[in-house]
Amino acid sequence: MARISKEKRKTGLIDVALKLFSKKGFYVTTIPDIAEEAGMSVGNFYNYFKSKDILAKELVLYISEYLGNQILLINEKDISTEEKIHEIVVMYFEMATKKPEMIEYFLRVYLSNREVFGEGCEGMVCVSPFVTEMMMFFNDGVAKGDLHDQDFFSAFGLFMGYLGGMAFLFGEKILPHPLEWYQESISQNIYNALKKRQ
Amino acid sequence: MHSKKDNKKKLLWLQGVTCNGNTHSFLNLPYLPLLLSKIELLYFPTMEALYTFEEISECKLSCDILVFEGAFDPELKRNDILIQTMLEHYSKNAEYVIAVGSCASFGGIFKASAPQRNSGLLFNESERTGPMLEVDQKIINLSGCPIHPEWLGYTLNMIINHQKILLDEMHRPRELYSNLAHHGCTRNEYFEWKVDAKGFGLKEGCLFYEQGCRGPMTHASCNKILWNEVSSKTRSGTPCFGCTEPDFPKQNFFNTKTNMSIPEDVPLGVPKRNYLTMAGIAKTFHIKRLEGKLIDYKTTP
Ligand code: SF4
Repeated sequence: MARISKEKRKTGLIDVALKLFSKKGFYVTTIPDIAEEAGMSVGNFYNYFKSKDILAKELVLYISEYLGNQILLINEKDISTEEKIHEIVVMYFEMATKKPEMIEYFLRVYLSNREVFGEGCEGMVCVSPFVTEMMMFFNDGVAKGDLHDQDFFSAFGLFMGYLGGMAFLFGEKILPHPLEWYQESISQNIYNALKKRQ
Repeated sequence: MHSKKDNKKKLLWLQGVTCNGNTHSFLNLPYLPLLLSKIELLYFPTMEALYTFEEISECKLSCDILVFEGAFDPELKRNDILIQTMLEHYSKNAEYVIAVGSCASFGGIFKASAPQRNSGLLFNESERTGPMLEVDQKIINLSGCPIHPEWLGYTLNMIINHQKILLDEMHRPRELYSNLAHHGCTRNEYFEWKVDAKGFGLKEGCLFYEQGCRGPMTHASCNKILWNEVSSKTRSGTPCFGCTEPDFPKQNFFNTKTNMSIPEDVPLGVPKRNYLTMAGIAKTFHIKRLEGKLIDYKTTP
């Protein structure tokens, strides 16, 4: 049997952990649960992550890097700011539909259990790949004259809060339609709210 | 054989459209008498010299070092002679033409007020379209508004001592302009941890984020060679205005141009994305020592 590289095993563990956290909840899920699901011994698990808290932080970083990379690809495209907004919305909803555990982890674990992320994940430390890319997006939008110049967090909160809220409603099975159904109107709403005032 | 006196370099100081700021700055050079003893002053606007301006304007003499202060205006006359004519005549035999100040170097303040007419000697802002292209090899730009007297002192001493002056692409001496105004600023630690100054004139905080400081993108040695040997803009609590750069003067000196609170310009050579990542993380840490007044900080808690 070919040996699986350490990096691959680590990503495998991350996937398993994310799924379990989203199914059973962060506190109820134990390290033995994760190890068992991944088909390894608890001892071996500790070779990858020294504790559940460390795993928790690495998960945020992992998701944030994933999101950051996706937005970077969009940022580098030669398209209008309005089109970029649309692409970010589509990307986010796709992620919330196909990998709901990632968004859920972000919304339910990271945002609501700040005590776990106190040390080593303060402020922007663990989410910076993602926040930086959003800064680049907003900065370019204003520099191009497409977006209204305002405080970064007011714009960021509007954009991400809206998307997060929709993903949450979707996760709770409250939305009458699949997320995809809302893409157009939500992109429009965000663009209208952020665009340069005439 | 020449006597020692004959070997002295002959210096001539001409003025274009100017506020006299560089002339006055030069008068503050601490070792001015010593420097003057090593050169022959043909003409200087505010000091006694060998010739009067009337004699100079006849264009019959020649000089080794031509210093030009102020923006170039093709229609400007002094003593009824076009400055352009004088420049052409004196630059012909001169070894060096020194453009002192940002107006002579790039157009500066006076170009900003008459963009169609005024320019620097070799550059029009950063474009090489000035009137003295033919003698471009001779031109040394000492940009600054006004120049630091030591910068001219350094340049003249190098010339007197027959030393080679290495220039950058904008013809500025590298020894003086490779530094950024940011280097040697006493606020660097505040810059690093993204702690803003709460107002002007304070010792604490960095002036980059809110007060318009251009130190991290301005080539100048103001914080290494201090003004009047004691101070600089940022040391006294005023932002650097970027006066040594070809794009000076920009608007709104006391404001940092931002897009959604993200600075439009970031330190020279740093990719914006990387800068934002670093800045975001640095902001996360709160360093007690940098938050209050320096004088109140207790060394032993
Ligand atoms: S005040 Fe200006 S020069 Fe000083 S550290 Fe801040 S940005 Fe740099």
